[in-house]
Amino acid sequence: MFKHAKIFIAVALGAFLSLSAASAKDKTYGLGRTATPEEIAGWDIDVRPDGQGLPKGSGNALQGEEVFAEKCAVCHGDFGEGVDNYPVLAGGQGTLLSNQPVKTVGSYWPYVSTVWDYIYRAMPFGDAQSLSPDEVYAVTAYILNMNDIIEDDFDLNQDNLADIKMPNVENFYMDDRKKENKKYRKACMKNCAKEVVIESWAKNIDVTPEDEQE
Amino acid sequence: MPEKKSNTPNRRQFLTGAAGGALLASAVNPAAVLAAAKENQAPNVADWSRYLGDGVVENPYGVPSEYEAHVVRRTVEWLTATRESSICFTPLQDLHGFITPNGLCFERHHGGVAHVNPDDFQLMVHGMVDKPLIFSLEDLKRFPAENKFHFLECAANSGMEWHGAQLNSVQYTNGMIHCVQYTGVSLRTLLNECGVSSKGKWLHVEGGDSAGMNRSLPMDKALDDCMVAYAMNGEMLRPENGYPLRLVVPGWEGNLWIKWLRRIEVGDQPWHAREETAKYTDLMPTGKARRFTWVMEPKSIITSPSPEKPVLQKGVQNITGLAWSGQGKVKRVDISVDGGKNWRPAKLHGPIMEKCMTRFSYEWDWNGNPALLESRAIDDTGYVQPTIKQLREIRGAESIYHNNSIQTWHVNEKGVVDNVQTR
Repeated sequence: MFKHAKIFIAVALGAFLSLSAASAKDKTYGLGRTATPEEIAGWDIDVRPDGQGLPKGSGNALQGEEVFAEKCAVCHGDFGEGVDNYPVLAGGQGTLLSNQPVKTVGSYWPYVSTVWDYIYRAMPFGDAQSLSPDEVYAVTAYILNMNDIIEDDFDLNQDNLADIKMPNVENFYMDDRKKENKKYRKACMKNCAKEVVIESWAKNIDVTPEDEQE
Repeated sequence: MPEKKSNTPNRRQFLTGAAGGALLASAVNPAAVLAAAKENQAPNVADWSRYLGDGVVENPYGVPSEYEAHVVRRTVEWLTATRESSICFTPLQDLHGFITPNGLCFERHHGGVAHVNPDDFQLMVHGMVDKPLIFSLEDLKRFPAENKFHFLECAANSGMEWHGAQLNSVQYTNGMIHCVQYTGVSLRTLLNECGVSSKGKWLHVEGGDSAGMNRSLPMDKALDDCMVAYAMNGEMLRPENGYPLRLVVPGWEGNLWIKWLRRIEVGDQPWHAREETAKYTDLMPTGKARRFTWVMEPKSIITSPSPEKPVLQKGVQNITGLAWSGQGKVKRVDISVDGGKNWRPAKLHGPIMEKCMTRFSYEWDWNGNPALLESRAIDDTGYVQPTIKQLREIRGAESIYHNNSIQTWHVNEKGVVDNVQTR
């Protein structure tokens, strides 16, 4: 009797489990419509480090310098030095260990594909996706050349871009904070410090914006 | 803010000659301001208790009281080159409870606010899927909706404080965060509609703004708790928050929460976009950098007292603030009034939810002596919010992002509050 009941429960449980497994394969709703290859091609602009997504085209630094001077230098400076607060694109090598690291394409960026992808999707600032693939190859080549990564007559194209190794590529690693976080598990409640010394005051730096007087 | 507000007092001044005269006098004599104010207090009867107020739909879309005009988002001009690629800050010091009103949610744009016509809106999902699809906004609203409360914190929140106390303000040191209720569709449901290939391990998520903001999102997270949201706090998203559709990535850095979402591509590798290589990577003292540092770790901040909210008098004070964790729920918040020598648990105000802000408070009897106020969050994983000294020992001071250290406020004998760092 008891045995039978157990079997019954097992069978019932099995049925329940298979049911829930079926419902875990989420339902579809028949919403949305098919995206056509033409529609996808018009929007699919992303480029990966292995070169996937690069359109056909080419350009070298000599050509890129002209485009850069006309469309980029107003913010980034003729030599990628950055105007005002706009990003510096060249130089900075050897500064990553200092207390004023200069993170440029040459000193910091791990992949050329990122340069191409970003210029094509977002630059020039305020006139996105206005450059042709050839112009983007040329400007990318110019930025690489300013960073002493390629020669000025090197024709950058969809087949060789992924082969260019960036100087800082080895210096990135996956988030390992989980290891660090093992240190942050004690919550002392009483007499946790003998003395507390104030090290810095924001008011002494005096860079906090103040509301304008009305 | 509409100008018409000012018409109302003018009309009332005209109707009530005496009050109008008092206001006129107050313009030249500050003492008269006080005198005028007292006329509204007992035993006198205030104008608003005597005369008719505004009719309905004076403001078809309501606005805060004119006396709350100081409660606004603010920016730090010297931080960025242009306002279109910039940041402004939530006025945490003036918030109550754990919800951020939509108009006060901090903004971070990379190419300005896109104004997307909802009739033209399309979300394309393609790549390693059985069926590449385009969804209209109406399609998305026909899916079963989810409603979830979550905080959204920029990875650079408190990023200006790595080298030492810099900005004398709770708004500027901690205001790159907001917490609202989102309404939308689970990303799992949406991806299932397209039939994701078993080889699809990453999503390329992309915004429709002029920066075409793009990031790589791992599939596990996408299927776990992400959503595409069209509403916040009961109304459609504000343009500055991604109208009409944004990504919600609970507990992870704000930069991943793509606004004006236009495209999701399924792939088998990450894309290493600009915002996950040149930016949003954490430079360590070794010269190497951590990448894909997605989770926002437990943090808390006392919002009052704060530099914006000085202690006004001796005696009982309500220390209050906000705590959150991108790993789960806030379990406890401790308060110290002596710079971390001794701690006492604060009261947590419910509801306490996953990856959501939690309001805390602590009753403090101030004796008028200088004090160092701190709060420390502990989440349900057992993580204890670290000090800036602890973080610097491991990370140095150049990592910009993910500063979740304990904030110290110095209260002087006059009750003035300053941002300090201690050792």
